[in-house]
Amino acid sequence: MKTFINSIYGWADARLGLEELSHFARKKTVPEHAHSFWYYWGGLSLFFFLVQAFTGILLLLYYRPGPEAFESVRQITYEMHFGWLIRSTHSWAANLMVFAVFVHMFSVFFMKAYRSPREFGWWSGLVLLMVVMVFGFSGYLLPMNELAYFATKVGLEIPASTPIIGPKIAELVRGGLEVNEVTVQRFFALHVVVLPAVFAVLLGFHLWLVQKHGNALPPSEEAKPAQERKTVPFFPNFLMKDLAVWLVALNILAVLAAVFPWELGQPADALKPAPQGIHPEWYFMSQFQVLKVLGDWMPGAVGEIAGILLFNVCLVLWFLVPLYDTSRESGRRARRVTWLGLVALIALIITTIWGYAVL
Amino acid sequence: MSKPNKHKEPVAPQPESISRRVFTGLALGGVGICYAAAVGYPVYRYLMSPVEKAAEVAAVTEVVVKDAQKLPVGSGVMFKFGAEPCLLIRQAEDKWTAMSAKCTHLGCTVQHEPEQNRIVCACHGGVYDPETGGNISGPPPRPLSQLVVKEVTEEGVRVARN
Repeated sequence: MKTFINSIYGWADARLGLEELSHFARKKTVPEHAHSFWYYWGGLSLFFFLVQAFTGILLLLYYRPGPEAFESVRQITYEMHFGWLIRSTHSWAANLMVFAVFVHMFSVFFMKAYRSPREFGWWSGLVLLMVVMVFGFSGYLLPMNELAYFATKVGLEIPASTPIIGPKIAELVRGGLEVNEVTVQRFFALHVVVLPAVFAVLLGFHLWLVQKHGNALPPSEEAKPAQERKTVPFFPNFLMKDLAVWLVALNILAVLAAVFPWELGQPADALKPAPQGIHPEWYFMSQFQVLKVLGDWMPGAVGEIAGILLFNVCLVLWFLVPLYDTSRESGRRARRVTWLGLVALIALIITTIWGYAVL
Repeated sequence: MSKPNKHKEPVAPQPESISRRVFTGLALGGVGICYAAAVGYPVYRYLMSPVEKAAEVAAVTEVVVKDAQKLPVGSGVMFKFGAEPCLLIRQAEDKWTAMSAKCTHLGCTVQHEPEQNRIVCACHGGVYDPETGGNISGPPPRPLSQLVVKEVTEEGVRVARN
């Protein structure tokens, strides 16, 4: 029996190069140090993405975009067995995924893991983050309830305020002059076909880079002599720990989804006024609040244009950080960039809390 | 004193460590099965929801074929008995037969051909007797399953499960 299995393995190995793969898996190590905790957040983001793909396919079985969108989500929530749980899991995992991605990004930033040769890791990661945000925005409309309707309406007013091309962009995305069934159909195509395809390719690239360059060391570890640095084998040690973290995440997700089921709300009605205290998802809250404040200072389109400019400048600065923080020594510039990251993080947190406080 | 000990130590824990390894493996496997069941059960019920609904709809014992009393002698009409397509044929003024229209070969829907006085299945050429539903030629292994015509009223023809 054993020789039979071995001969099958040998046959497959000669054609697929399995030995190289298992050799790579055996050789791969992960650094172990005081900041190792942060290495789990990329994997966690991946875990939540897998949950999204799985629950998303399940929702796809009964969801109908277009005029029946709300009714089909109502059926999923109230008529299909455990439909409420699957929908709730999809919504909760979406939020947890955005959170995990943010933690992952800031941990990479503060460990300075974007430095050479990992620039493309940083860039592909940021593009992935943006795809995740568009995932969130497009998925939010699909139930076509009151909140979704107004969130999308408001969200599309922001690009619409860009001079000259703005209104056309908004119309193109909306597929009409107002958010309607056509918009749902479009967002649906985006959410379940376009974005997953783009995401899969980018994620493959991102993960390939991680394998190619290995985990980055934070500057404090890099300063130590090589023989003082500790590592653990990836297989099975780190993988097992990774899976244990996934299991914890699964438990947290299950409790949240079951104890706090996502609400369905009221069907969207274009003639109804916006409900009191309407606000976007928490990961858009910071931008929402900044636009609100800028709008108070500079009434009219000026405020929105200033806001869009501000976001774009910040984004470009954030994107280009591997190009201006290059030195391996923790010199003055490196410290300044760390401060920049801290300011960005604190600004995000404060404007988000502020946004919720003034609702 | 220390020499024999050194020889013993690596030998002694071996049987224990193997059983511990087996125990850990079993425990992890058991936990894994629990998790798979906790995820699998809701997913299974979710996927089966429309099947359950269809089974509820299909669980009828009687159907009234509306306006079938107006059918001319020799002709037939298709109707749904629960989820299944069925065939009601007026053989003579007061003689009715009703049967499933689902071919007993591979489940295609059969058709009544009054001119040839037969029921045929276009998929693989099965032929049935329109009076009894008996299989005459072709691949069908069994007769079409029969229904009972209970009564003919002003409203239609009442058909029940056999």
